[in-house]
Amino acid sequence: MLDSADTAWMLVATALVLMMTPALGFFYGGLVRSKNALNTLMMSFAALGFVGLAWALGGYSLVFAPGGSWIGGGSHLLLRGVDLGAKGSIPHLLFMAYQGTFAIVTAALISGAIVERMSFRAYLAFITAWALAVYAPVAHWVWGGGWLAELGALDFAGGTVVHINAAAAALVTAIVVGPRKDHARQAVLPQNVPFTLLGAGLLWLGWFGFNAGSALGANASAALAFTNTMLAPMGTLVVWTLIDLRRTGKATAVGAATAIVVGLVAITPAAGLVGPLPAIAIGVVAAVPSYAALLWRARTRLDDSLDVVAAHGVGGITGAILTGVLASRAWNGTVDGMLYGNPRQLWIQLVATVAAIAWSAGATWSILKLVALFTPLRASRREEGLGLDVSQHGEEAYSHGEGAVLVLTEPESESPALRPAAAPVS
Amino acid sequence: MKLVVAIIRPESLSRVLESLFRADVRGLTIHRAHGHGGETENVETYRGTTVKMELSEKVRLEIGVSDHFVEPTVRAIVDAARTGEVGDGKIFVLPVEKVVRIRTGEQDEAAVTPVEESAPV
Repeated sequence: MLDSADTAWMLVATALVLMMTPALGFFYGGLVRSKNALNTLMMSFAALGFVGLAWALGGYSLVFAPGGSWIGGGSHLLLRGVDLGAKGSIPHLLFMAYQGTFAIVTAALISGAIVERMSFRAYLAFITAWALAVYAPVAHWVWGGGWLAELGALDFAGGTVVHINAAAAALVTAIVVGPRKDHARQAVLPQNVPFTLLGAGLLWLGWFGFNAGSALGANASAALAFTNTMLAPMGTLVVWTLIDLRRTGKATAVGAATAIVVGLVAITPAAGLVGPLPAIAIGVVAAVPSYAALLWRARTRLDDSLDVVAAHGVGGITGAILTGVLASRAWNGTVDGMLYGNPRQLWIQLVATVAAIAWSAGATWSILKLVALFTPLRASRREEGLGLDVSQHGEEAYSHGEGAVLVLTEPESESPALRPAAAPVS
Repeated sequence: MKLVVAIIRPESLSRVLESLFRADVRGLTIHRAHGHGGETENVETYRGTTVKMELSEKVRLEIGVSDHFVEPTVRAIVDAARTGEVGDGKIFVLPVEKVVRIRTGEQDEAAVTPVEESAPV
């Protein structure tokens, strides 16, 4: 039975989650050097097209069509049978669209680990294959009636499917592609911190669709998830700022943007399953391991450039585990966590976490090796020095226009005629 | 005294600075600049408009040194800025008529001599 209120909310939620991918582009784009700003933004924007299409044509079926414990079936390939009939209380087609926005942002998250050096065409091939071969099975396990769903793993809005999954892939991708040539040799500073704060703000806004939309209706569960999505990052932001002040005496803006994302990641699996005070506790606790992971990573040779592992991996694992501890039947109506007398839930959460990491890491490695057979994974050293904006995209983020000569192509002939841009028109 | 003017690739700047500090060259000024030195142009396209970028981004360093410091300075820059490809840049060494250190009023050789003896590297 279609419900108008549910459908209305899910239409809005779908748009909100789709917006998270450009928002992620701005979050990441602000943190790189100006010569790679467009490339970093394009890694997110490209996912909208390549992963989005892969999802509609094949991915949706692999996750949600009836199938086995490990992967869905083929009955919805090319959107066959995905119509305006009810799926739950919303149109099936809208359900497909909503879930597609998750696949897109998950693949785009990985880009943070390989900015400023990965070849763009290799990246396109990689994320498209990744969405089908890694995202689809893991999403099926948890949400499509697969083995983790049968086991009883709790993942309200995608802590395991989206964040732990993307972070494991990011770790492997950073290792296989290798560090930037300037990594740990030169100071690499963010080109535009306001972009990063703008991105974090828009991510938070979009995350209301991500978490509250995962209730799949305009109901009490959505209200709980919505409120928890507001409260948890507040806790993380406060603790992160206090740690910043304590360590260096200065509350950093990049730290604040990071804290918001970490809090959002941590509350994602728990959003509609825990009460509001436990949600704040999750946000507060999540700041500590992610902050520690950031500091530790910076001292290693691992060039997970924008700290996908520290934010989404460590934050995601913290959230997944605390969901197993703090889930409360009084709030979600179905299942209790360890704190409320169900210690087995914690074990199930650990199994789901380890399974997602193992599959994601192994399959990501295989895809990268496969892509490398056809095209180099990295831009050349010269291209990396010049910047990926010019070398991969033929554009600059901040063009001064001096010395630009217009290339005129005559309609009849193929040979380009040159004319200085500044020449008077006469 | 001489003024050493070097035009280098922006991505070489960190290495050049490190190399100069190792050579005990302490005082310098840099500018962002645009120039053309025979390197292949980048072609950029914005919607239907294709342009050749005749000018590349460069960094220009200016270093005032006493005569016996010219060679070490030039060598430090060349070692750090050379990639072997067209577009590595140029170094010009110019005569200087007069130098004044504003803080003390010291002139010429004294004005381009670092304040303290530098620690060995």
